[in-house]
Amino acid sequence: MRILVIAQEKDGAFRKSSREAVTVSKKLGAQTDVFIAGTGAAAKEASAYGADTIYLFKTSEYDAEMQSRLIAAKVNEGGYKAVFFAHDWYGRDISARVAALLDTVVLSDATQISVDGDRVAITRPVYSGKAKVQLKSKGPVAVVSLRSNSFTIEESTGKGEIVEIFGDGMEPKAKIVEFTPVVTKRVSLADADRVVTGGRGIKEAANYKLIEDLADILGAAAGATRAVVDAGWADHALQVGQTGQTVAPNLYMAIGVSGAIQHLAGMSSSKIIVAVNKDPEAPIFGVATYGIVGDLFEVIPPLSEELKKMLG
Amino acid sequence: MNIFVLIKQVPDTEARIRVSGGSIVHDGIKWIISPYDEIALEEALRIKQKSGATVTVVSVGPADATSAIRTAYAMGADKGIHVVHSEYAMLDSLSIAKAIEAVVRAEDVQLILAGRQGSDSDNGQVPLMLATRLGIGLIPFAVELTVGDDSVRVLSEAEGGRAVYQATLPAVITANAGLNEPRYPNLKGIMEAKKKAIDTRNFSELVPSWESMVEVVAYGDADARPKGKILEGETAADKARALVQALHEEAKVI
Repeated sequence: MRILVIAQEKDGAFRKSSREAVTVSKKLGAQTDVFIAGTGAAAKEASAYGADTIYLFKTSEYDAEMQSRLIAAKVNEGGYKAVFFAHDWYGRDISARVAALLDTVVLSDATQISVDGDRVAITRPVYSGKAKVQLKSKGPVAVVSLRSNSFTIEESTGKGEIVEIFGDGMEPKAKIVEFTPVVTKRVSLADADRVVTGGRGIKEAANYKLIEDLADILGAAAGATRAVVDAGWADHALQVGQTGQTVAPNLYMAIGVSGAIQHLAGMSSSKIIVAVNKDPEAPIFGVATYGIVGDLFEVIPPLSEELKKMLG
Repeated sequence: MNIFVLIKQVPDTEARIRVSGGSIVHDGIKWIISPYDEIALEEALRIKQKSGATVTVVSVGPADATSAIRTAYAMGADKGIHVVHSEYAMLDSLSIAKAIEAVVRAEDVQLILAGRQGSDSDNGQVPLMLATRLGIGLIPFAVELTVGDDSVRVLSEAEGGRAVYQATLPAVITANAGLNEPRYPNLKGIMEAKKKAIDTRNFSELVPSWESMVEVVAYGDADARPKGKILEGETAADKARALVQALHEEAKVI
């Protein structure tokens, strides 16, 4: 089986979710090639995870339409049986376009994957994690997106060859004319290994800083519940839950979060969940690995001190 | 201006999802317009109020799935198209996109709005597939939208920041949280919605031949989480210390 992994560079490095996707492909025993768009800084790194051929599309602009056409053309020409994406912003924006060009669908947000002959079988959460479903690809090519943090990364050996590919010169129908990066030293929710989320229990906007400070000690992303976002205490981009982002970090700390079903849906596949809440009956304790029943304003200061000691 | 809004009827986000015999149990579920689609509809209604437009909602679903369209009417949608398939559960994103494509191609549509993803399957594929198949622009994750006579300017939540997209019409735009706060239908709207006709179309007439590209093997309950523990201690500081110790020694995540 031949698999094409659609990778990304992030700050000049081979993105974590891309390392996960290449590892999964190699583990399935597939001959693994990579498509990557960007400056090219990360292309070489793909070899270290076992990619054979790395198709590099050098570009400083993000044109989803062109990238989709280039990927679909590469899939057709290379006889790939599967295309792997990460189920993140980029994967969401590109994978369905590629699938449409290939006349198929995306098996999206996979948390488990296996191969049965030429068919790909996945398990994925649905209803924001309230249930799961097993799906199997049909047709000549399977387009799959993998949930971040669901697959372990393994280094491999290889000396992949970089082959540069070029754009088709077509103008995009929808064009990005301005881009304003969010300047933050904090990791994004999508990439985070650790997330600290503040809920209504923080009581007022100014207290969201407690969540940010705790996140900074842990090198974590800061998140917020819908109530906190709706109150204007945190930006929409930080919302975790059914109408926000779904995250599955190694460590998720819910501070002053009661655990509405829509919130649980967005974080309950995290590996370790910590809940700090005054109310011992709060539903968040139902999914928590470790719970502290207590006033967050009393718990956060000593917790910060202990974490600082531990993490040096 | 003709605006089409793609709406999907889904279980209320408050609903507990039960699985029996490999399928989702639909009994007793309250059905709503998928939350992001509701935001898309609200945006269409605001454009209508500001500069005049005809707002048509399109929903693909089983024959009895009309409550989402009724709710859209109550909110202020002008027309509703219900694409019906008797075995709706068999349809995949591509075939749904093809059916909507057939509906759209027969009309003069300038703007197509949809939610970024349905709150049931969480796929978020149909709008992208529709735009790709129609060969028109697609702008994802919109949080602010300005519609001109023949173009649209959209602020979107993008990877690592915010992007401003520009596209000529027609175009497809997916709504993100933060675009607006959807209105509640008023009583008059709800009463009028009950009497309003729905334009019902037969899926197989729109897409005469199709094949699902995915086999649904079985649904299952979400994986249960291992039972957790409440950390005890005299003071908040004791509990905090116990937590850090557990995270380090037992869970090994710090």
